[in-house]
Amino acid sequence: MAEPFLMRALLAGLGLAVVAAPLGCFVVWRRMAYYGEAVAQAGLIGIAVGLALSVNLTASVLAVTLTVSLLLVALSRQQLVPFDALLGLLAHAALAIGVIAASLARGPQLDLMAFLFGDIFAVSASDLRWIYLGGTLALGVLIYLWRPLLALCVHEDLAAAEGAPVERVKLVFVLVLALVVAMAIKIVGVLLTIAFLIMPAAAARPLSETPEQMALFAAIFGSLSVALGLFLSVSFDTPGGPSIVLVLAFLFLAAIVPAVVRGQR
Amino acid sequence: MAAGSPQGLLARPTLAGHALPAEAYGRDQHHPHCEPEPSPAVAPAADALFSARSVWLTRAGRAILQNVDIDIAEGEILTLIGPNGAGKTTLVRVLLGLEKPDRGTVARRPGLVVGYVPQRFAVDRAIPLTVARFIELGRRVEDEDAGRALADVGADKLADRQLSELSGGELQRVVLARALVGSPGVLVLDEPARGIDFTGEAELYALIGRLRSERGFGVLLVSHDLHVVMAQSDRVICLNRHVCCSGVPRSVAQHPEYARLFGAQAARALALYQHHHDHRHDLAGEPQTPAGPASDQT
Repeated sequence: MAEPFLMRALLAGLGLAVVAAPLGCFVVWRRMAYYGEAVAQAGLIGIAVGLALSVNLTASVLAVTLTVSLLLVALSRQQLVPFDALLGLLAHAALAIGVIAASLARGPQLDLMAFLFGDIFAVSASDLRWIYLGGTLALGVLIYLWRPLLALCVHEDLAAAEGAPVERVKLVFVLVLALVVAMAIKIVGVLLTIAFLIMPAAAARPLSETPEQMALFAAIFGSLSVALGLFLSVSFDTPGGPSIVLVLAFLFLAAIVPAVVRGQR
Repeated sequence: MAAGSPQGLLARPTLAGHALPAEAYGRDQHHPHCEPEPSPAVAPAADALFSARSVWLTRAGRAILQNVDIDIAEGEILTLIGPNGAGKTTLVRVLLGLEKPDRGTVARRPGLVVGYVPQRFAVDRAIPLTVARFIELGRRVEDEDAGRALADVGADKLADRQLSELSGGELQRVVLARALVGSPGVLVLDEPARGIDFTGEAELYALIGRLRSERGFGVLLVSHDLHVVMAQSDRVICLNRHVCCSGVPRSVAQHPEYARLFGAQAARALALYQHHHDHRHDLAGEPQTPAGPASDQT
């Protein structure tokens, strides 16, 4: 287990799990799963741009996720097209653009799978630095904004009427989401990133009495899924990202089924 | 006698030891006509908690507020009534700064702490939250203050319960308790009795009246019911996109007709605002000017 690539994979996964836990809770509470999905899939455009311009992929992905996140905020104010339709439209347009651009950039033999489902075993020391720097920043902002964010999750108008800077907090939140999504894409790919955010939080919900407990349990589930997923992946030679998500799916079932059986709805 | 008649104005209530500013009552005339009048360019009332002047608001081509003036004075209970779709909630949202009017001004006393009970409070079960946490959500609250607010609404036993486990009536009390925390200068209650049975409704109004007397905050209360306003109401504004009329509510005891309608027991806790309409509204709610004989709307 002391192989350097495995250690880097484990460190990257655990670091991401800790940041993804509180962020994932807010994504669940704010019902932004599809928002996150659209931003993550837009990351593929960032990969295509990065390959075409031969720049750092993490940087180009981050630039695109931030831009798309802001664009979505602006588009959410129009009412001619419902927001969920808009998100679906953007996610799949991004997927199409990303796949076409990537194939043009490197030819059809490009390993698209690594971008769609992540390549956790290819995490480099530089990737790791990105993840821990960005992760620390994201976690710091989330802790700083915890109270107003929670207040606006519970009731946005109430928070606004009591003087919370609701619009500013929402804006910072979507930027943090874009930052974490950009980091997660390297590890679990554009298609599984949102799963890595919401599944630990969803599994934590039935066990939690307070919002902080839910974030803590989500961090534990996320870390557990990284460790178990990597173990599965190495033992059975399965792909890393999907193995982690598979463990998360079982953790979610293990948490939700007893709650449903107990009649907790 | 129409509310807002000279006699009604003379019977100006005083409460909690301080006289109401004359300004707040100066405009309590029963408007002879109901169409939105050109703005008289009255300056906002300097001593009001909230003061809106000539507020116009249109959404999706539909005029929702037309030239609305409203003041809420310190310590008064102002009830806003009107039919569904009259723009009551929109006016409240404009006053709270949640919505920007197309035209007009809204002034709010600097440093005013607002306690807000929104019209619909849907509990999100995805967020695990105890009542105690909900009370202090988004701000720093002394335990003592939170405990007192919960005790005031008779919900002190609920502190450790999950918000999602509460009944409709319990939730309503808890949301009210949250609004009471932090020494608010004004409570804004948007149909707080929604979803509560009639006894509960009468109790809730009596509670709000009692708390106002004890703490001296102003109250803006919204009701869609043209007949039932709380006995503690100092002033009533009838809104149907524009201010139809405003004045002092009359005691239910003088209205055998309403007492009969609502039952003698509840009638003791509630006062009714006799709604002498001097005009009729067409089906779209537009006022029609030829003033027919004054009739009590039912």
